[in-house]
Amino acid sequence: MTPQVNEGSAQSNGVLYVLALFITGQSARSQRAVANLRSLCDLLGENCELTVIDVLERPQAAEDERILATPTVIRRRPLPLRRVIGDLSDPDKVIAWLDLPTPANQRTPLPVAEGLING
Amino acid sequence: MSDLATVGLQKLATHIPGFDLIAMGGLTRGRTTLVTGAAGSGKTIFATQFLAEGIARGDSAVFVTFEESPRDIRQNVVSMGWDIEAWERQNRWIFVDASPEPSEETLVIGSFDLGALLARIEHGVRRVGATRVSIDSLNAVFTRFQDSGSIRHELLRLVSGVRELGVTAILTSERPTDTLDDHHSVEEFVTDNVIILRNTLEAEKRRRTIEILKFRGTGHQKGEFPFTVLPNAGIVVIPLSAIQLTQKSSSVRITSGNQDLDGLCGGGFFRDSVILVSGATGTGKTLMCTEFVGGGTGVTERCLLLGFEESREQLFRNADGWGRDFAGMERDGLLRVSCRYPESMQLEDHLLQIKRDIEEFKPARVAVDSLSALERVSTPRSFREFVIDLTSFIKEREIAGLFTATTPSLLGGESVTESHISTITDSIILLRYVELYGEMRRGITVLKMRGSPHDKQIREFLIDNAGMHIGNPFRNVTGILAGNPRQAPAAELDRVEHLFDVEP
Repeated sequence: MTPQVNEGSAQSNGVLYVLALFITGQSARSQRAVANLRSLCDLLGENCELTVIDVLERPQAAEDERILATPTVIRRRPLPLRRVIGDLSDPDKVIAWLDLPTPANQRTPLPVAEGLING
Repeated sequence: MSDLATVGLQKLATHIPGFDLIAMGGLTRGRTTLVTGAAGSGKTIFATQFLAEGIARGDSAVFVTFEESPRDIRQNVVSMGWDIEAWERQNRWIFVDASPEPSEETLVIGSFDLGALLARIEHGVRRVGATRVSIDSLNAVFTRFQDSGSIRHELLRLVSGVRELGVTAILTSERPTDTLDDHHSVEEFVTDNVIILRNTLEAEKRRRTIEILKFRGTGHQKGEFPFTVLPNAGIVVIPLSAIQLTQKSSSVRITSGNQDLDGLCGGGFFRDSVILVSGATGTGKTLMCTEFVGGGTGVTERCLLLGFEESREQLFRNADGWGRDFAGMERDGLLRVSCRYPESMQLEDHLLQIKRDIEEFKPARVAVDSLSALERVSTPRSFREFVIDLTSFIKEREIAGLFTATTPSLLGGESVTESHISTITDSIILLRYVELYGEMRRGITVLKMRGSPHDKQIREFLIDNAGMHIGNPFRNVTGILAGNPRQAPAAELDRVEHLFDVEP
């Protein structure tokens, strides 16, 4: 589904992205968020470490991080900490907010979740 | 744990003082109740106290905060006597901290739900076995997330999620003004039960009230009830009309402290009656309080004298002047005199302070000198509520009460106090100046004595260093109560001069 993935062009200058994604069980919204973030991470290859946490299984983890809404992404590295709430249906915004490296001047069309326009 | 017959809904006693009376048993068990009010109306205190009172009785609780940090809340309620930190250590109180974290920036991209919050609440409830949950306050959620349409939907889901946990919950929400309509009124559909707290300015006085707007499927008292917030106690609701007239009526007589007056009253006051003494300044009201107290301590009854006009020292000196030794009575533990400035607090707080005094000291008699001083610092409505509440409180405990009221004019007339509360009291005694042959004399009459025959005449009385002495009736004077005493014809003069010689 992401025909223009160009793995080699990710800026592999040793920066490691550590992301945590908090979701609620198997809900459609959570699964969309997982898929959306995975495909972004895949672009980064080795440089991205993504952990998916189901708050229904690990509520204490949600408590420790004071997670309110699901899905929530926390960018633990690089600092400063940043959060994104939502199913990440707009990959460009996600990339911009989390400051993820993208292939220069190349828009990365990613699967966009349908019918969930928000904000 | 009072069962309620109506459609099988059970009530959970909150144990917030007075609230359960107007809620007819408490909040609906297992349901969520919305507590709404303007800023400063006491929502967070209500939410906290609901949990604190439960914990005091062995429950556990979860507090979900959207607005203030747990640290602030812990500090803010210390003055109420609630030690949240200790409860947290005992695993009986858990915070679910959903307060904003200014250090972290958050962006919303796409749709979301509050599943994580619900999971945290559920986790907290399971961890401590909570039966009570408070969520404070919804508005903060609205300001946090822009899309109020979807957040409203999410809150609905949150509320039904909380309901499935089987806990009894409080949800607070701020309304911009004290009017009924507001822009978040949709919230009220979120819950079946809505309580409104108000803090209004009425005749320059702050008045806090609580109203149960709806309790779906179960009964409650309607209308606004005053409440106050006290240190070391929190919210105390004054459930006026909810007070039931269950007082037994005693036929036991007690002495007024003055034999002559006992005679006028047909043998003394009733054990559980409330007597109002009305008169202009200097007619002898404080003296009647003093004698009433002296009569009680004389038969080793505990007496409580509440002074709102004179200082302790003045009251003690007055008593000395009439041959009553207050200091000695206090040493014997039979008397407690507490004097407070009426202006020092709100009437509701005075009431609760008086009740505390009564519960601590457990007197058989209470004298209040004077109600009029308290009336000065209140609105007519709160004053009436105050008197009703105080009266039923002391009657329930079979305490005799003597209240004084000051009339504004020297001659005749009735006091404002009197007209407000005369129907509430059992007996009314009037003290009046009587201008007679260029002399100011004093007259006394028992206007009303519920359930007993009594002397109907207006009698002259004298005050000396042994107290009050009641003499013969003013037979030759009319219009005393109207404040317009007129002497009888000259032929009567002779008789008047010998008024105190022998009973004609």
